[in-house]
Amino acid sequence: MKAKHQRLTLALLALGAVVVAGLLALSALKDQAAFFYAPSDVRRDGLPLGRAVRLGGMVEGGSVKRAADGVTVHFVVTDGQATTPVVFAGIVPDLFREKSGVVAEGRFEPNGHFVASNLLAKHDEKYMPPEMAGKMHETKTLEPDAKQ
Amino acid sequence: MLLPYWVCPVATLHAFANPARFLKIAKPMTAALFWAGVALVVLGCWAGLTQTPPDYLQGETVRILYIHVPAAWLGMGGWSGIAISSIMFLVWRHPLASVAARAIALPGAVFAALCLMTGSIWGRPTWGTWWQWDGRLTSMLLLFFVYLGYMALANADADRGGDGRIPALYGIAGSVLLPIIRYSVVWWNTLHQGPSIGLTQSTIAGSILWPLPIMLAGFTFVFAGIVLMRMRTILAVAKTEARMRRMARP
Repeated sequence: MKAKHQRLTLALLALGAVVVAGLLALSALKDQAAFFYAPSDVRRDGLPLGRAVRLGGMVEGGSVKRAADGVTVHFVVTDGQATTPVVFAGIVPDLFREKSGVVAEGRFEPNGHFVASNLLAKHDEKYMPPEMAGKMHETKTLEPDAKQ
Repeated sequence: MLLPYWVCPVATLHAFANPARFLKIAKPMTAALFWAGVALVVLGCWAGLTQTPPDYLQGETVRILYIHVPAAWLGMGGWSGIAISSIMFLVWRHPLASVAARAIALPGAVFAALCLMTGSIWGRPTWGTWWQWDGRLTSMLLLFFVYLGYMALANADADRGGDGRIPALYGIAGSVLLPIIRYSVVWWNTLHQGPSIGLTQSTIAGSILWPLPIMLAGFTFVFAGIVLMRMRTILAVAKTEARMRRMARP
């Protein structure tokens, strides 16, 4: 084996090891690096009480109710397997709407309700002109099985 | 020298191991690539700003994608270039490979920054926030910092007359971020949406998508032109320094 081939093997091995290290880091951090809890995570692992967390999922169709005071909004977040009722008082983002993705920052109450202090709209990977959106699609990005 | 067929693309590059031969070809290529890229970017901007419909949900802000996606592509592609050049330098001791890696670092960092900035500008109206520490955004920010680290290391190495091996190792190690950035949106739940464009299909409607390949090609040509320009600069500086040293000799 010539020195050059030895160096090539070593360099390719190093590159392979680095890429595998990256992939391992990805899968090991899967839980810690999650940006938000989904309703089914909360059902499986229990309520993360007493600290600020994010809850993410789809706003359930027909669930958005505005209170009489004009600023409080009640809605239900779903990930297709479990649901969490959310209450938020404030200005909702422009893209906040039913059957669309949302990430709520706030806290869980002991009764399983989520009190949001801030709402972020989550956009999905579908882009289309308005005339195509007439055939309104159901966004499924946040449902774990549809993610692949 | 005979090489196995699978290193052929690399083998053809051996023709350019001689800097004089490289410079002869690089000089006309620099201007050609740069101006062809500028022309394509102008065409792509015109198409993206006037010829495509707005998105049904995002409205006009969707047009940021014509800058954001090519910038992200070159931010990550730039580091792939540094990693490949680093391997070529370590394995074949190809002197131009380390020059290429140093030349790529600055435009790569600029495009990574452009990607972060355009993403932030898009995120404010779409998500309702300029910045969130989600997996995709954080890993891209890390890549930007890794670029800055590479530039500091490579410049320090060159100034002290190093042989370029340490920056090359750093270049290989830094590629750990590339799969993380790519798969962050698939494997973690993130605020950033999943990949819209796959190898065979896209979830972006054709009427919105079509200027994107023009912009991708344009940005890539401009990037390549800048890299060649910087490689020629680095070689010219080295030549000047060598001449100065000769003249300073008693």
